[in-house]
Amino acid sequence: MSGTHGTETTAGPVLGDTPPEATSSTGETGDNAAGIAAVGRVARALMPETGVIADPTQLRTYECDGLAHYRVTPALVVLPETTEQLAAVVRACSEHGVPFVARGSGTGLSGGALPRADGVLLVTSRMRTIREIRRADQRAIVEPGVINLDVTRAATPEGYYYAPDPSSQQICSIGGNLAENSGGAHCLKYGFTSNHVLGTELITPQGDVVSLGGLAPDSPGYDLLGTVVGSEGTLGIATTATVRLVRLPEEVRTLLVGFHTTDDAGAATSAIISAGVLPAAIEMMDALAIEAAEAAVHCNYPDGAGAVLVIELDGAAAEVEHEYALVERFCQENGSFELRLATDAMERALIWRGRKSAFAAVGRISPDYIVQDGVIPRTALPEVLRAIAELSSSSGVRVANVFHAGDGNLHPLVLFDGEKDGASEAAEKVSGAILDLCITHGGAITGEHGVGVDKAAYMPKMFTDDDLDTMQLVRCAFDPDNISNPGKIFPTPRLCGEVPGKRKRAHPLVEAGLADAF
Amino acid sequence: MVESTRARSDEPQSDPRKADALSAGPVPVGTPTVRSAFDEDHPPSAELISDCVHCGFCLPTCPTYTLWGEEMDSPRGRIDLMKAGLQGAPLSDTMVQHFDACLGCMACVTACPSGVQYDKLIEATRVQVERHHTRSPGDRAMRAAIFALFPYKKRLRALRGPLRAYQASGLPSVVRKSGLLDRLAPKLAAMEGLAPVLEKREKLPERVPATGARRAVVGMLTGCVQGEFFPGVNAATARVLAAEGCDVIIPRRQGCCGALSVHNGRQEEAESFARATIDAFETAGVDAVVVNAAGCGSSMKEYADVLADDPDYAERAKAFSGKVRDVSEFLAELGSVAPRHPLEVTVAYHDACHLGHAQGIRSQPRSLLREIPGLQLREIAEAEVCCGSAGIWNVLNPEPARELGDRKARNIAGTGAELLVTANPGCLMQVSSSLERQGTRIGLAHTIEVIDASIRGLPVTTLGPQH
Repeated sequence: MSGTHGTETTAGPVLGDTPPEATSSTGETGDNAAGIAAVGRVARALMPETGVIADPTQLRTYECDGLAHYRVTPALVVLPETTEQLAAVVRACSEHGVPFVARGSGTGLSGGALPRADGVLLVTSRMRTIREIRRADQRAIVEPGVINLDVTRAATPEGYYYAPDPSSQQICSIGGNLAENSGGAHCLKYGFTSNHVLGTELITPQGDVVSLGGLAPDSPGYDLLGTVVGSEGTLGIATTATVRLVRLPEEVRTLLVGFHTTDDAGAATSAIISAGVLPAAIEMMDALAIEAAEAAVHCNYPDGAGAVLVIELDGAAAEVEHEYALVERFCQENGSFELRLATDAMERALIWRGRKSAFAAVGRISPDYIVQDGVIPRTALPEVLRAIAELSSSSGVRVANVFHAGDGNLHPLVLFDGEKDGASEAAEKVSGAILDLCITHGGAITGEHGVGVDKAAYMPKMFTDDDLDTMQLVRCAFDPDNISNPGKIFPTPRLCGEVPGKRKRAHPLVEAGLADAF
Repeated sequence: MVESTRARSDEPQSDPRKADALSAGPVPVGTPTVRSAFDEDHPPSAELISDCVHCGFCLPTCPTYTLWGEEMDSPRGRIDLMKAGLQGAPLSDTMVQHFDACLGCMACVTACPSGVQYDKLIEATRVQVERHHTRSPGDRAMRAAIFALFPYKKRLRALRGPLRAYQASGLPSVVRKSGLLDRLAPKLAAMEGLAPVLEKREKLPERVPATGARRAVVGMLTGCVQGEFFPGVNAATARVLAAEGCDVIIPRRQGCCGALSVHNGRQEEAESFARATIDAFETAGVDAVVVNAAGCGSSMKEYADVLADDPDYAERAKAFSGKVRDVSEFLAELGSVAPRHPLEVTVAYHDACHLGHAQGIRSQPRSLLREIPGLQLREIAEAEVCCGSAGIWNVLNPEPARELGDRKARNIAGTGAELLVTANPGCLMQVSSSLERQGTRIGLAHTIEVIDASIRGLPVTTLGPQH
């Protein structure tokens, strides 16, 4: 599974990675069709007709998530409405050795919810009840299919909101956020999903319902909740999440600042943060990204800007006032030529609309593109941006840059026309080279979109075999049969369960006395 | 008309286009050789389909996705189905069911950051569905009845007498309480529940002269449902236009604009209505054709596409579409001169999908309402989600339409406004029946009726049927 990066052809290994000899040696040839039929029967007995999808035409609409390069049609789709239904279906999968993939709204950008052709897709879009808003505790208890922004909508009348805000917040689900440890523009100040999930009810890959964490800020013992958040659906499926609500700030100021170059904008960012100011968000877009956003949502960003910063300050009014003066000064000192302050909610929304629609908006200026996600130390920003520009000009592949400048999380958008010969390969090469840049500058191959299938091949570049084996031991503890979203995160299925399906004998590491099965 | 589409749909096996369609697209290995979903005559465009990047931003504004939470009944899922169709998948009952379930509200078009023209895609798909899919006898009969009734003023007018008699008899409440109609014929029950309490018809002259100095000469579409079920709206439109200095020309020979046909894939019917409407207004020498029904305005702006393949009309249709204006759009462009009298009322403004999403007209009606002294405007939560009316959708899909209507009614009630204002007869009928079911007492009026009352200095109590 080398060189996986964004084409339909590379999707092959994901669905076909079961070597024939392996299946025959475990005597499971043909088990999957029977297993899937059995899971289907269990599901049909539990839920209404529309909750189980097996029609090939309908199944096609589930073949990809937000990363449409990879497409695999699932064998079966199940849309449970309750934890009990979902747990029963997972139990059936476990019993019959059928791999399953959980999916929320299907907006992920790393192919984390890419289905298995030999497996079941468990979609939580009908589990969308906000069970409780506990104002006094600053907590909300929600089902996994609840949309991120709906938590904020429900909490706002109480004076609270849910802080993590991925660009897709109006549609991405809390369950998906939890699986991917999603970030967002305001992570700079408020942290990622892992900082906001305090408890979860998890269905283990065996179909047991367990509680991790709770209303209290910390639980004794191993931090299993911390292990599960960001595990990309490989350790089980969250069926409720207890999340932290944050008090709505007394004052919010959103600024749009125009610069001539990304270097200037980057320098301003560093100056602001070095001075001890911690804005809720500092976002950067370069000229090409601005062009796309203008085409899509007419956000009216400053004319002729080589880069813009969207800076949001929030908190107590006096503090915001003080920080605003500093931010204004640092921007001017670093060459800003226009600074606009949103005067009302409409103007603020328009500024954010330009930024939040940027990924999809790139569709307006290029037929195809790859959304890259990498993270680097903030101080390396100017250098890495220059290197990306060099990569772009030497390869002739256009790259638009949109990123969370405050925490060095880059989202280069690599543009290409898939109809042109060799264009997609050239784009993938540039996209991969950008990740190499992130690694060599002390960063990582994903900031917030997850590894999924898209970046599994890059894991060995970041981690040694020992690192990866250690991660697999964690996975084995939760999912010894390797049926919970197999084929994601790790480049090759190994250690526990070389193949999807039931594990019939003890793991080699266990046999060798090097590990215990939990 | 119905017969001719049927005849075409009954020739699947001998269709010479079949071979072309199959050889054109890549056929996945293992796909049985059956007729592919679409023929070569304007199938949904592969190029437009490729604009979709599958980001999912359309999902939360899609009424059917919010109801059912499944991909096949979402815009991006339907686009996947169109793609499957282009690649050779057959037009199965299942596929048609998901295309039919689309309300055509176009909220997804507004929400899409990639600029996917879903409106064009679904309309092209619907024409193909009408051409190649044979519906169940019951569905066919219902559709035939709808399309034999709504686009024809005279038939609607003939219905007015019995309907008024029925409404005056006290029978409606007996029928609704019994629930008998719901059980026997839910679609008929839906129609019964939607019929508005009829007002007296006001006869409009062929020409209403401008008050004071003439600023423009405009044509006015009277519409079918608008004209017969909400005649007060047309009268108000003519009065306001005249008060703002317009000569209003109301051609007698105008008929249905074809909106329902355009939006339901009945291509030939749509084309003939479009040609007749162009004929009716072309010779009137007007600066603009003003429309007060959102659905009609939206389809009349599409005439250039509807008649693109007609050599005699293509250019004329383009010129005509360029003149079509929603009444609020036209008045906002013109600027007001007639003095407004105060109306002390709180108003919840509901964006009709075919005004907001399809025509992008949101600020104009709001700013016209804000010009009225004393009037307070309130926004409705989830404004972008359709009320469930959607042309004839609420008649064909009574149960989900009721769910959507009730959801809209709750959001409207949540504003605490005294008057609900919107710009489409379908929305008014749908929302009023949901509000009634829910027991919310609120006045209902078209935007233009509010402006008319303000200009004439009438009290708020004259606005809309209170129920």
